[in-house]
Amino acid sequence: MEPSDATAVAQVRAGNPDAYRVLVERHSRSVFRLAFRMTGNEQDAEDLVQETFLRAYRQIGKFDGRASFSTWLYRIAANCSLDLIRVRKRRQEQQTPVNEEGEELAGAVAAADPTPDRLAFSGELKELLRPAIEHLSPMERTAFVLRHYEGMCIEEIGRALGVNTGAAKHSVFRAVQKLRRALEPALSSASS
Amino acid sequence: MKHLNQDELVLHYYGEHADPAVAQHLADCEDCRAHLESLTRVLDAMDDLEVPEPSDAYGSRVWQRLAPELAPSPARWWAGWFAPRRLVAAAAMAALLIGAFLAGKVSERRQMAGLSAPVRERILLVAVGEHLDRSQMILVELVNNESKGPVDISEEQQRAEDLIGENRLYRQAALKSGDRAMSSVLDELERVLLDIAHSPSKLDAAGLEQIRKQIEGQGILFKIRVVSANLREREVPPARGKAGTI
Ligand SMILES: [Zn+2]
Repeated sequence: MEPSDATAVAQVRAGNPDAYRVLVERHSRSVFRLAFRMTGNEQDAEDLVQETFLRAYRQIGKFDGRASFSTWLYRIAANCSLDLIRVRKRRQEQQTPVNEEGEELAGAVAAADPTPDRLAFSGELKELLRPAIEHLSPMERTAFVLRHYEGMCIEEIGRALGVNTGAAKHSVFRAVQKLRRALEPALSSASS
Repeated sequence: MKHLNQDELVLHYYGEHADPAVAQHLADCEDCRAHLESLTRVLDAMDDLEVPEPSDAYGSRVWQRLAPELAPSPARWWAGWFAPRRLVAAAAMAALLIGAFLAGKVSERRQMAGLSAPVRERILLVAVGEHLDRSQMILVELVNNESKGPVDISEEQQRAEDLIGENRLYRQAALKSGDRAMSSVLDELERVLLDIAHSPSKLDAAGLEQIRKQIEGQGILFKIRVVSANLREREVPPARGKAGTI
């Protein structure tokens, strides 16, 4: 029988790096999904999976067992992803000055093309989702992914990202507001 | 009760609203129900965001790549460094220090001797961290460039060129202090930077793809992130990490 997460963690901490294998094999797919939702790119997501497990391994002495291992791991993954998309964003902004608040969102999504008509027929609303997420600020994106896809509550998101609950809440709200502005026109035309 | 605002509805959608008055209001108010409905449509639509499903073998592939990294690491030349990173933003200073160190100019050595060893080391680490950040940006930018037609990479080349000299100094310093992990990453990075600097500045899709393959093939971005993360780990005392570290 495979050891539980807690047992494997204890073995790793006792100096057996091979015990980490169980944890990697058990959780890498869900870390990949998180990383992919954050970056939208398979190569990046794979790199982030590696980096997450490496950081987690090095910090395993700090894991206090209050949260589950997977929650702790997702926190690390979220922070690794946040680091990466911040670097990207900074770089992007140096190239094309973008409004901090991402107000160009609607325009950018429109540029991703599908006209409402085409949408209604082809049902390719899906194609709008990625660009809509890409235009959230790094913090908004991270908070939204954790809330919406990982089911973390806002308080937990704040703890994970090292910000207070108010700031985490604000990031989720802003994310939803932007997504709504970007997607609602297409949605209402698709359903009418 | 006045109408619910969007934030309240978002909390309600995610089941984070404990206030029973909200549910009551929704039951009574058609406007707010309609508002919630359209919000729900948007958020439900987000569930369709596509994610490739990793194969069953994915976990063991990750492990195979990871396992060699888990060996106990040798003492690092930056061990013990935990001052805020931006304390000294001094790439130039560091270059001077290393330059003096390697070239051994007596006057500069004397100047350097005025600084304590930890201060010298800290300056060096800050500079290396920033150097890695800047290099990473160039590589990421090239890897992510999805243009199909010809692209002009002369700006990236100029930046790569600027980084090569610095890179060489850091690599030599790392080598001298016996940090093989760092020096080998810097060595690979140097080769990639050289290739970028020396390729034609107008690239067609195939040329760009070739550079991209080279960057990705060596896994250099990942290696940079790992050594940078090691540097950063020593940057803040572990107690209350900021966003970006745990
Ligand atoms: Zn109402």
